[in-house]
Amino acid sequence: MIKAILIFNNHGKPRLSKFYEHYNEDTEQQIIRETFHLVSKRDENVCNFLEGGMLIGGSDYKLIYRHYATLYFVFCVDSSESELGILDLIQVFVETLDKCFENVCELDLIFHVDKVHNILAEMVMGGMVLETNMNEIITQVDAQNKMEKSEVMCFVTFINQCPCLDICSMQGHCFAFHTASASR
Amino acid sequence: MALKIVKGSIDRMFDKNLQDLVRGIRNHKEDEAKYISTCIDEIKQELKQDNIAVKANAVCKLTYLQMLGYDVSWAAFNIVEVMSSSKFTYKRIGYLAASQCFHESTDVIMLTTNQIRKDLSSPNQYDTGVALTGLSCFVTPDLARDLANDIMTLMSHTKPYIRKKAVLIMYKVFLKYPESLRPAFPRLKEKLEDPDPGVQSAAVNVICELARRNPKNYLSLAPLFFKLMTSSTNNWVLIKIIKLFGALTPLEPRLGKKLIEPLTNLIHRKIHIFSSHKMLCSQSHLIVSLSRIAVLISLSSGMPNHSASIQVMKYLGLLAMSKILKTHPKSVQSHKDLILQCLDDKDESIRLRALDLLYGMVSKKNLMEIVKKLMLHVDKAEGTTYRDELLTKIIDICSQSNYQYITNFEWYISILVELTRLEGTRHGHLIASQMLDVAIRVRAIRVFAVAQMATLLDNAHLLTGNMQRMGICEVLYAAAWICGEFSEHLENPMQTLEAMLRPKVATLPGHIQAVYVQNAAKLFATVLKNQEGNTDSTAAQETSQLMIDRLPLFVQSANLEVQERASCILQLVKYIQKLQQKDVEVAEEVCALFAGELNPVAPKAQKKVPVPEGLDLDAWINEPPSESESEDEQPKAIFAKEEPKHSRPRHTEVDEKELARRREARKQEQANNPFYIKASPSSQKAYQEAPGVEHIPVVQIDLSVPLKVPGLPMSDQYVKLEEERRQKERADKKKKEKKKRKEKRSGRGRKHDSGPESEEDITPAHMVDIVTEEMPEVHRSCLNITMNLKGNARTNMISAKGAVSSYVVSGGIFLPVKSSKHKKKKQKKEKEEKEKKKKKKHHHHHHHSDGGGEESVQNGTVEEEEPLPVSVYDIQGNLQDGSQVVVSVIFENKCDSFLKSMEFNVLDSLNSKLQRPEGSGPHDGLTVPFQLPPGVSNEARFVFTVQSIVMPQKLKGTLTFIVKNEDSSTHEKLDFKLHFTCTSYLITTPCYSDAFAKLLESGDLKCSSVRLEGVIMPFHHLLARICFHHHFSVVERIDSCASMYSRSIQGHHVCLLVKTSGQTVSIDAKCDEPTLLGNVLDEIKQTFSQC
Repeated sequence: MIKAILIFNNHGKPRLSKFYEHYNEDTEQQIIRETFHLVSKRDENVCNFLEGGMLIGGSDYKLIYRHYATLYFVFCVDSSESELGILDLIQVFVETLDKCFENVCELDLIFHVDKVHNILAEMVMGGMVLETNMNEIITQVDAQNKMEKSEVMCFVTFINQCPCLDICSMQGHCFAFHTASASR
Repeated sequence: MALKIVKGSIDRMFDKNLQDLVRGIRNHKEDEAKYISTCIDEIKQELKQDNIAVKANAVCKLTYLQMLGYDVSWAAFNIVEVMSSSKFTYKRIGYLAASQCFHESTDVIMLTTNQIRKDLSSPNQYDTGVALTGLSCFVTPDLARDLANDIMTLMSHTKPYIRKKAVLIMYKVFLKYPESLRPAFPRLKEKLEDPDPGVQSAAVNVICELARRNPKNYLSLAPLFFKLMTSSTNNWVLIKIIKLFGALTPLEPRLGKKLIEPLTNLIHRKIHIFSSHKMLCSQSHLIVSLSRIAVLISLSSGMPNHSASIQVMKYLGLLAMSKILKTHPKSVQSHKDLILQCLDDKDESIRLRALDLLYGMVSKKNLMEIVKKLMLHVDKAEGTTYRDELLTKIIDICSQSNYQYITNFEWYISILVELTRLEGTRHGHLIASQMLDVAIRVRAIRVFAVAQMATLLDNAHLLTGNMQRMGICEVLYAAAWICGEFSEHLENPMQTLEAMLRPKVATLPGHIQAVYVQNAAKLFATVLKNQEGNTDSTAAQETSQLMIDRLPLFVQSANLEVQERASCILQLVKYIQKLQQKDVEVAEEVCALFAGELNPVAPKAQKKVPVPEGLDLDAWINEPPSESESEDEQPKAIFAKEEPKHSRPRHTEVDEKELARRREARKQEQANNPFYIKASPSSQKAYQEAPGVEHIPVVQIDLSVPLKVPGLPMSDQYVKLEEERRQKERADKKKKEKKKRKEKRSGRGRKHDSGPESEEDITPAHMVDIVTEEMPEVHRSCLNITMNLKGNARTNMISAKGAVSSYVVSGGIFLPVKSSKHKKKKQKKEKEEKEKKKKKKHHHHHHHSDGGGEESVQNGTVEEEEPLPVSVYDIQGNLQDGSQVVVSVIFENKCDSFLKSMEFNVLDSLNSKLQRPEGSGPHDGLTVPFQLPPGVSNEARFVFTVQSIVMPQKLKGTLTFIVKNEDSSTHEKLDFKLHFTCTSYLITTPCYSDAFAKLLESGDLKCSSVRLEGVIMPFHHLLARICFHHHFSVVERIDSCASMYSRSIQGHHVCLLVKTSGQTVSIDAKCDEPTLLGNVLDEIKQTFSQC
């Protein structure tokens, strides 16, 4: 099982955090800080595994991480996961992000954290690996984005086709807007 | 214009979407918190709107803020609203938010059940998918229960996308709602062979996780997985399957062999084809290619460029080895050099892994070398975590299996002292406990340890200076204690004392100061002793003055413990000073304050203290509260059921062990009896000193307690001596062992020792009590019997029955102590000479007990001149006075000489006393008021006062007399034992059946029962026997069942229900005094065990 997936940059700013076990917000922040502290100390040419970390730790758990340019991708996993398997998964994740965002950079993750979540949801579900095949992941993500886009398109056309709205109806516009789009 | 406004307002409405929020936060670096709080206010406004798009946008922003650490649980309801939107876009936002911030205690979760169910059955596969993904993160037991069926249906969905998600989420459902596992499992198994690889992989994944929790349930799937393993090309699936087999092979060894071939193929393939060598870590469970791992490690460590992937290999290799180490330590040990090399790796993770392996690498030979290497690392290491890890590892490695590998403890102590030089370690207490442990357990090391600790105390300013908060000062705790406790080994106790009383000590944590103060007092005692020996009184007074000067600092301490000890000791020292000024030698007395040695106690020692018989730890002390009242009203079974409750589980087989156990229990009971004097502290002390460190207090309890009777009879003392000797022997033996083991003192050894030790303890007890065992036979023979005591002298034992009144209780005899072979060695030395003489003459004495008295005919011929009177005794309770017992003794002179001036004397116990005429001392004998011409017998009565009648007891006594021949007269002495059985306190009392029934129903009586096997005698004989020997009367008899009754002289009721079937007789008994009852039953049992 994967316990948590964290992405943060070289300064420890969280770019994505996904905990598959519940912690309160403060604990989550503490875990992120601590993990960053542990990972950032390490040289480039050392192995990608790390034991310890008080909060997420426990003897059964270890941190498996990869460092790409400005970002750290850290998975906290228990012993049922293969270390190399997870390393591979991180690679798949990053490549998928690269495909979806076209030359992904930190900024993409900053501004589209929801999209990153959606991509991740196709790979890992509730702490278990769902899909490792990149093409399959991209297909599903694209299909969902297409759906979303079609819905947004409806909405945009609706606004453009609505010249009759006036100030008086502003108060209620949301409701009207909603029902109109829903009826469509 | 209007349109512009509308557009503007809509824009404004949407001006803060997620991107804007992020941008805004980035632009407000200085006052981020303030900016975010305004954003949250905006979001709250937005959430109040009816427009779902606005709400969704707000929720999306909240999800982001949640990641930044802001609590968004207040918006939980809005999240549910967004989840229930019909639009996929919003739904997805809602589910994402829910998965990020919902958990089991979120109360709105229960509102989502129907929505999720609707989404699961949605025609749009992505609606379903998104719902499954969300659910996987926040599933609760309730949701799992309600939705398990829906999810199971989805497992056979037409779309593989849904199938795989449904399969995967089943694991979460199983976790929260285990009942679903059984119905879902067949379908799950089906999915293992799903045409879609994704679904297949998900199913493998789920089963692997399940098997991790409980592997044996999944053994049946092994063939299926075996097929999958050979056919699948999906790496992920292969990894999982191999992990699964890793869990299964320990349960089914044949599997391992079968797996070797496909696995090696796989490994070859993978190693060559995939750069990432996925199988490596997984196969480690299966121990198939250890050599390959080793090769890999060596390869990677041999490579000049330490690229990350090589490091990864190294790490995994070591990880695999650590797993193999658990099962095949030998095979890993052969790669020791490689592992030691890894200790020098620059990567901390790898070093840690190698450290783990070291634990299994060490041996006596290389321990020092390895630790030396580790110490080097400790010096080099930067970063406290790794250094702390090193420190704990060093201590772990050294102390493993009770210092099994340490050949030189001096070395170990110096290592520990060196470790204290570490700056800022958290493990001060660990080092301290090791120091204490070694110093206490390894006696030979104490001198060295004390010297080291004294240096440590002297240099304490180094320790207390800057790192007090870091915990290394804990070491001073150990140092102070060791110096104080073993102060006799100190070279310069005065210097250490001064070091311990430095003002700077007051900066230490309270508990350490407390130890300082206490041990300063111990040191003070030692110093005083030394100085008084030197006849230089001023020095001693100066020392006292030093104490008086320095202690007030501690008296002012804020710590209560320190304050208390300091003020106590201060007053003591002041008093000592006063005495000193009067030139009184005080050192001895001061030393006595701290005399005695602390010995380690085995962790399980407490268990060895037997629960005293009759003490039921589970029983209520008071009546349980009212609920049980209704039960009380139900008619109770009059007697307990066949199976005894707690005290005597195996009554029927009276084997040696059982007897010994009972004896032990009885002794224990005596120990708890206030009428018995307990072991005096002095003898306790002697025990402690004699046998050395191995001595475990429990043993002391076993040995010392039962023997303490005032005016300790000499044989008992002898027994004690014997036991001590035994103990010494044992200790010696152990010392030899110890030498063999090169001073290795292991707790395991001790444990091992204490096992046999307690068994040995039974033997001496056995020896002491050997007389008791002869008792029954003697007892039986008391009716009519002549008894041979000494060659020519013989006792004619006449039944007292006829002679005394109807409440005569029990028969007994003088038990000639000397006649017991076993006893001889226990006699006091001073008597031995005399005894030897007699032994020569009367070597056949021990025969007396076998076969009862009638055999005495064998001595019909008088061989020697030495005459002896002999006697029979009978103990009878005095009904008028519950505390008096009358012993009638019949003396018969069987020899040809005239006997006169007979004096009868008994060593009183606290419980029983011989009543002597007023004015005579407690040790004076009673003159027997007659003389015995040859062949004449006469009876004398002696009155004893008895306090407690619940236990049988024995009294030792002597009879002195003068044997007068025609030409000479000699003074002779006969030792005997009076055995007061419990039965002898019973008085045959008739009882009517209605009174009997009433008595039983009263509920005051405690039950107990006993079973006798192999009794072949008619039932009425049996009853007669009980009546006769044990003073019962039959209340009622129905077929093979009879109830009997008796009363003790102190008015205890004893009721018996005797049943017989075949050769088994079961006796259920009730009495208001359980101990008495137990003993009476034991005696009954012994009576019948003779038949």
